[in-house]
Amino acid sequence: MLWLDCPRCGRRPLEEFTFGGEVRDVPDSITDPDARDFDEVWVFENPVGATTERWFHGHGCRRWMTIRRDSSVDQVIEVLG
Amino acid sequence: MRRGIAAGYVASLPELRWAEPKGSYDVVIIGGGGHGLSTAYYLATRHGITDVAVLEADYIASGNTGRNTTIIRANYGLPEAIRFYQHSLEMYRDLEDEVGAAILHQTKGIFWIAHTEMALRTERARAAMNTAAGANTVMVTPAELKELVPQIDLTGGHRYPVLGASHNVEAATARHDRVAWAYAAGAAKRGVHVVQHTPVTGLVRDGDRVVGVQTAKGQISAGLVMSAVGGRVTALAAQAGLRLPIRTHPLHAFVTNDYQQGFPAIVASTELNCYVSQTERGQMLIGAEFDAQPSYSRQSSFAALRSYSHKITRILPFLRDLRVLRTWAGICDISVDFSPIMGFTGVDGFVITTGWGTWGFKAIPAGGEAMAELIATGRTPDLIQAFSLDRFERDHAMADQGSAGTR
Repeated sequence: MLWLDCPRCGRRPLEEFTFGGEVRDVPDSITDPDARDFDEVWVFENPVGATTERWFHGHGCRRWMTIRRDSSVDQVIEVLG
Repeated sequence: MRRGIAAGYVASLPELRWAEPKGSYDVVIIGGGGHGLSTAYYLATRHGITDVAVLEADYIASGNTGRNTTIIRANYGLPEAIRFYQHSLEMYRDLEDEVGAAILHQTKGIFWIAHTEMALRTERARAAMNTAAGANTVMVTPAELKELVPQIDLTGGHRYPVLGASHNVEAATARHDRVAWAYAAGAAKRGVHVVQHTPVTGLVRDGDRVVGVQTAKGQISAGLVMSAVGGRVTALAAQAGLRLPIRTHPLHAFVTNDYQQGFPAIVASTELNCYVSQTERGQMLIGAEFDAQPSYSRQSSFAALRSYSHKITRILPFLRDLRVLRTWAGICDISVDFSPIMGFTGVDGFVITTGWGTWGFKAIPAGGEAMAELIATGRTPDLIQAFSLDRFERDHAMADQGSAGTR
């Protein structure tokens, strides 16, 4: 991945962006409140394949964006905005 | 001279017999990298446990063991980590005698350069902590550094001035694939099955207990399964019902063509986030921090290449005259606190050694020795007590600023 399509600025080099982490929810299957807290703080889904994540266009419009990316090949699937 | 070394090089490779898997073992180790193979070796040599299989999806050391920059150092930031890596560094020093094969170990010393007052303070703290915990790290002035590494530009290209450096005197390098081969051969000689090209596709469970593995060549039952997987550990651990505090990032490295004059030390800079050493073949080997976004892609990127070259040529201008020969990437399991995770998992029949991020190669002997002891005795050795998976629940995360490739 060398470029990202910013919804406001258009196609820009990846160096202009900062990775902001995966967007995730604690799975419903975890019900214990302490276990949910633990999961939220420490765990990553870290999937091989499609992942949803936040990026910050620090050297551009200085706004956040959400994309879906295939982590197995490091390529953007779609820009959600 | 070079030819002489090369001849000894090949002659000293011990014979290694590959095995086909049988249906059942006392211990099945997933992952034929350094940690998996050294654990098998120490299980066989120290504890007499030889009904062991090491299952490798590709060929041995094809993952991060064969892709790292082979730096062995002990200048970490936490006492528990310093003691662990210092023990590993000392084991490496004696490894040729232990395994009876040349691993091309060379003690070089690593300089960790500071470009700002703040970084200099960090290096002083590192040296003090190292000294207190038993690693040999001293501070050197720019003038001393220039004497020891004459190629260095102390002005840092008028951009990154060198204010001083910490020097982990005993730091070394060794040939990575030879380390893996030596452990594999030593283990195989004692009856361990080293099985290549056999991907593990799943864990077999009986209730909560892990009782074996599913492979492309059929099911294998096991008294105990150890994951020494690099890269895809999150997916594997999920099959045992575990959720890990790990993200997997690519890390790029490259080598240049032969540098004839010789470069005796290892040079690193936390602020520039890169490190450089010379391989036994004379190539300059350069690595840096991992990519910000997690990914399982081993594709080298031009952006990384450009950024590392830009940074490293500031402090070592002679590198400009060399050409990039080869680039590659490995995928590193980075734990949230930049420390490894070793030991019991809370799941019966399943132990883990993971989170080896950008610091796994140097820990191969000590990590394998400790995991073998853990498997053989059922108790966590003191040396790795601090690295257990439950440290996050206990609120004892081991945030280590001394790990390379991390900010």
